[in-house]
Amino acid sequence: MSTQEESLKKFQQRIDADEKIEPRDWMPENYRKTLIRQISQHAHSEVIGMQPEGNWVLRAPSLRAKKILLAKIQDEGGHGLYLYSAAETFGVSRAEMIQQLQEGKAKYSSIFNYPTLTWADMGAIGWLVDGAAIVNQTMLAKCSYGPYARAMLRICKEEGFHQRQGYEIMGKMMNGTPAQREMAQDAMNRFWWPSLMMFGPPDADSAHSAESMHWKIKVESNDKLRQRFIDRTVEQANHIGLTVPDKDLKYNKETMHWEFGPINWDEFWTVVKGNGPCNHQRMNHHIHYHNEGAWVREAAMAYERKISAN
Amino acid sequence: MENLNQLTQWEVFIQSKSGSPYEHAGSLHAADKSMALQNARDVYTRRGEGRSLWVVPSDCIVASSNEDAEEFFDPSEDKIYRTPNFYKMPKGSTNI
Repeated sequence: MSTQEESLKKFQQRIDADEKIEPRDWMPENYRKTLIRQISQHAHSEVIGMQPEGNWVLRAPSLRAKKILLAKIQDEGGHGLYLYSAAETFGVSRAEMIQQLQEGKAKYSSIFNYPTLTWADMGAIGWLVDGAAIVNQTMLAKCSYGPYARAMLRICKEEGFHQRQGYEIMGKMMNGTPAQREMAQDAMNRFWWPSLMMFGPPDADSAHSAESMHWKIKVESNDKLRQRFIDRTVEQANHIGLTVPDKDLKYNKETMHWEFGPINWDEFWTVVKGNGPCNHQRMNHHIHYHNEGAWVREAAMAYERKISAN
Repeated sequence: MENLNQLTQWEVFIQSKSGSPYEHAGSLHAADKSMALQNARDVYTRRGEGRSLWVVPSDCIVASSNEDAEEFFDPSEDKIYRTPNFYKMPKGSTNI
């Protein structure tokens, strides 16, 4: 057996024994590459995810709502930072990752390429989008890569509030005027299907799934996580009188799962490939403010050089 | 690796309450000690997770490697007489 094969065998044994892999440990090149891609894209998603909500800070309906929204957006910036740090443990620099995002070489979650048209969208994002993220991230907290798993634990703790505040907004609107109820249902109609797409393509078509599962980068499949989210969320929707926009939705008493209609994967791929409603806007905004903040980074660098020279 | 526009990396340790050990929370970038402390507060303790923080430049941390773990920690493995369970208590005696 070659040294490479020997190392790979030992690595797999550690994975199978549920040990965590730490930055200085030996790892297969593809494990490293997959995690850099996944963690940096996760970080980008947190940062880009601040934009659709930022759209409503100045129009929040009360001071309470505004404070909550600001806290949530600040959390998302923080989550981006935890995740960039986790990716940096592989020796890749933050500047490099941001460059890849801005050049379109690295993706972020497609859900943030949908516009936020009404205040109810703040409810739908917190409840559905963060709800889906929690289901995914609770799984990722068991990831075999230590720094990523630890970042996920911290993020999951903080996101509990995001999901609940979103559900509260939806519940309040459903208890409001007919126009408010209509607004809440409209947000539900627009965000339901894209939320289901957040879990990624069906297992049969998922390019990276098998290897990721083998190395416990993910420990549960896209379809399983999607089903868990649906089972939890349909009950919550019914409870406040929202209709799930899926005519095929029905409860299967034997499997104890909600069965759902076909997902429009053409729409998913269109948005992934850059042709969603807001792809250009999100990226232009990111580049604009990144460049506008360049002087702050330069000043901090100059200061650091100055104090280290003394 | 491009490092031109990247500040020094720091590791953050949080003490959650008085008397508790400092636990590693994550890392961040900062130009100096006070910026590192302020960033650590803003990034890692937004919900009262800490009452005290340590920040340490990452390159000051010396770590043992997992590959050498077996031989590195070997000296402690055959010394079970260092644990109380090694010792038989006389029948009927009470614990100290």
